[in-house]
Amino acid sequence: MPFAVEDEIIRHDAVVLGGGLAGMRAALEAARCGADVAVVSKVYPTRSHSVAAQGGINAALGEDDSWTSHAFDTVKGSDYLADQDAASILCREAPEDILELEHMGVIFNRREDGKLAQRPFGGAGFPRTCFVADITGHVILHVIWEQSIRDSVATYDEWFAVSLIVEDGRCRGLVAIDMRTGRLHTFEAKAVILATGGLGRVYEPSTNGLICTGDGMALAYRAGAALMDMEFTQFHPTTLFPSGVLITEGARGEGGHLLNSLGERFMSDYAPERLELASRDVVSRAEQVEIDSGRGVNGCVMLDLRHLGRDLIRTKLNQIHELARDLAGVDLITETVPIRPGMHYQMGGVKTDVDGRSTIPGLYAAGECACVSVHGANRLGGNSLLETVVFGRRAGRAAAQEAEHEHFVNLTPAVARDEADRIDALLSRSDRGIRAAALRKELGVTMQQHAGIFRDASGLSAGIDLLHDLKDRYQAVSIQDHGSVFNTDLVSALELGNMLDLAEVMVTSSLERRESRGAHARRDYPERDDESWLKHTIAYHTPDGPSLEYGPVRITEWQPQVRSY
Amino acid sequence: MEVTLNVRRFNPEAENPESRFQEYNLEVEDYFTVLDALIKVREEVDGSLALRCSCRASICGSCSMRVNGHAKLVCKTKVRDVTNAENEVTVEPMGNLPVVKDLVTDMKPFWDRVRAVKPYLQPEGEEPEAEYLAPNDTMLHLAGVMSCIMCGACVSDCTAIEVDQRFLGPAALAKAYRFVGDPRDDADKSRLQMYSEPGGIWDCTRCMECVEVCPKGVAPMDRIMGLRDMAIEAGFSNNNGARHTEAFVDLVKHSGRLDELKLPLKTYSPFDIRAMMGLSLVGLRAFLRGKTPPIIHKAIPGKDKVRRLFDKVEGK
Repeated sequence: MPFAVEDEIIRHDAVVLGGGLAGMRAALEAARCGADVAVVSKVYPTRSHSVAAQGGINAALGEDDSWTSHAFDTVKGSDYLADQDAASILCREAPEDILELEHMGVIFNRREDGKLAQRPFGGAGFPRTCFVADITGHVILHVIWEQSIRDSVATYDEWFAVSLIVEDGRCRGLVAIDMRTGRLHTFEAKAVILATGGLGRVYEPSTNGLICTGDGMALAYRAGAALMDMEFTQFHPTTLFPSGVLITEGARGEGGHLLNSLGERFMSDYAPERLELASRDVVSRAEQVEIDSGRGVNGCVMLDLRHLGRDLIRTKLNQIHELARDLAGVDLITETVPIRPGMHYQMGGVKTDVDGRSTIPGLYAAGECACVSVHGANRLGGNSLLETVVFGRRAGRAAAQEAEHEHFVNLTPAVARDEADRIDALLSRSDRGIRAAALRKELGVTMQQHAGIFRDASGLSAGIDLLHDLKDRYQAVSIQDHGSVFNTDLVSALELGNMLDLAEVMVTSSLERRESRGAHARRDYPERDDESWLKHTIAYHTPDGPSLEYGPVRITEWQPQVRSY
Repeated sequence: MEVTLNVRRFNPEAENPESRFQEYNLEVEDYFTVLDALIKVREEVDGSLALRCSCRASICGSCSMRVNGHAKLVCKTKVRDVTNAENEVTVEPMGNLPVVKDLVTDMKPFWDRVRAVKPYLQPEGEEPEAEYLAPNDTMLHLAGVMSCIMCGACVSDCTAIEVDQRFLGPAALAKAYRFVGDPRDDADKSRLQMYSEPGGIWDCTRCMECVEVCPKGVAPMDRIMGLRDMAIEAGFSNNNGARHTEAFVDLVKHSGRLDELKLPLKTYSPFDIRAMMGLSLVGLRAFLRGKTPPIIHKAIPGKDKVRRLFDKVEGK
């Protein structure tokens, strides 16, 4: 029988779901605190999408810089929705975490004097982005993975999690499919850390890898955990046409220009001081306005790096030089490249405290799948890699400490049996039905059209109707692969189920928030409304869809001001 | 454009599991990569086709496969660049690794090799309070090696691994180079000693395949040659590989061309009975086919010129 249930329970003090930067950093910290920890990941850790982060990681290292200045930029960037205690932790602990990464072996670019070099980034008042050319995420992920080999962290590679186990109000473990065998295994853990990254594939196009399907957020949501601020989705200003592949913000940090069809540096109309280095929401909206006003080039604007010169491009921006050549047929040294804004990052996620605790005891989250919240309504470039290491570390430590006081309760494979039944039901359908891929494409287009850079009530309402229709049709989705070994057909159908649940929360939250803040731009409510909406959206799962509540924003230092760049 | 993908399929759960080719005819856009085409097959034609992929941007390293017989990262490979006159392209799983299903290989032997080189920084002494000071040029040089995305293309097409699975192979040794070349790592000696052992740097046959197929310009073979230089310089020359290299250089320097009789004798210790017996057999076979090198080795007329060249290169 395919997808048989393994009776033997796998036990670890802590189980981390996800092998990207946040997950590996959490696992490393838990191991160093003495916990028996394992990483469960649907891909080999170095395939995780942290590897695609290009531009850099922020920390106030400069003598004239300060963590408070970094924190202020972060809060301003967030359009005052970030929790300021969390943003302060992020920025205060940043320098130490960067130095730790350097000591682990990250080959950060240097200045003349051998110290770490830093480049300017959007929305930052100081050049405080440390970098390894334009492969920063790649190098940091590989180095943390090296450290996990050194410390013998156990990994279950290519295991796909299908359910969290919550008993007596506490998360006790999870059920995952070993994709090599198709068998369902039960993990029992004293603490579970979700680090499954983003949900970019909900949109089409997206900079995100095909694996970014929000699995952890969806598992937590269905298990009863709160999701927070899911209406805030970041559109990156520079993505390639048509694939949506990322061109780093470092391209503008190093001095790149954005041009419209008339050859004008149009950002002077939108952000006269910071120009191309305004925050991402501002630049993406400006591009979209140019395109919508007929000053685009086939639905794009142009990124111009020609004046930077061959040497700079080949040493500091080599990856995007190759990507533009391979995917767009453009040589950045001599030509401009068409780019457009595209879905890049989810600011919202599993609601956590500053140590990664979700609203379910025993369940933690860190990285993009979590919402602490440090990014609020708009994340600054260079702050997401930082978030993964700071809050991955904090969650790993807190989980290891909690595990010391907890006991195993001797789980049974009951939940795994339920999941096996669910999968068998899926597999036993006719394979002539609706393909998950077709529904996923419709989902992507729906989200792009109805919950894109600019939103309004009628579009969002129509979007919700379309999502409900998609969810109905998803009930009839069919699987053509009936085998149990490496059944990617089944996995993509399960991923689509996760994405549909999350899309519903995103659109519902967007419709409810009747103001414009950060990346959430409502044409029908174009102003920020602090009086009514300076608050977090908190979503819970119910059988009838998401139920929304609101919670306060923690403001410690910086009162909301008018935001301009 | 209408193309035909010939895909090697393997279903381990079939009654008689054996690989076979399956043809897929499909319409592709001009900008399609081979990955785009395979995804289109999986999503619209045959959901049972198994492959790994994620980033679509040549950075996650998931989608190495053999295209027309050579390893390629398929997200970086345009369909129009690899089709033949009949608009056909052949896609197979990577070589030198067991196949799990269709285009999915078992990467364990790959990761085991990487693990074997102790792939983590080993500094000694107290950590500095701030960052280690390091020249930017060194960091940029290492970034070239660290661009390796562990896709396995080099291992797939490595001709040395093909005949000897014990060889650590190009990816792992390129990774090893990254640590020996890192000024913060203090384990150079023990690393170079370990990498000089059988299965290490001296087992590369310098066929260049890894350099050819690497999608990220890591040039693993060049790194292996770099490690050889560093190993000899560090004094790890008491092995056949290093002796072979040194003997080769000495002999050519001496007479302007290689003395093929002396080379093996200088490479292997005369007390290495197994090597000596093997050499006798090779000698006998060469004799029977009339291919024995001349017993009396003659120098070439311009041997002094050659020596001067050597001296110049060696900086004497």
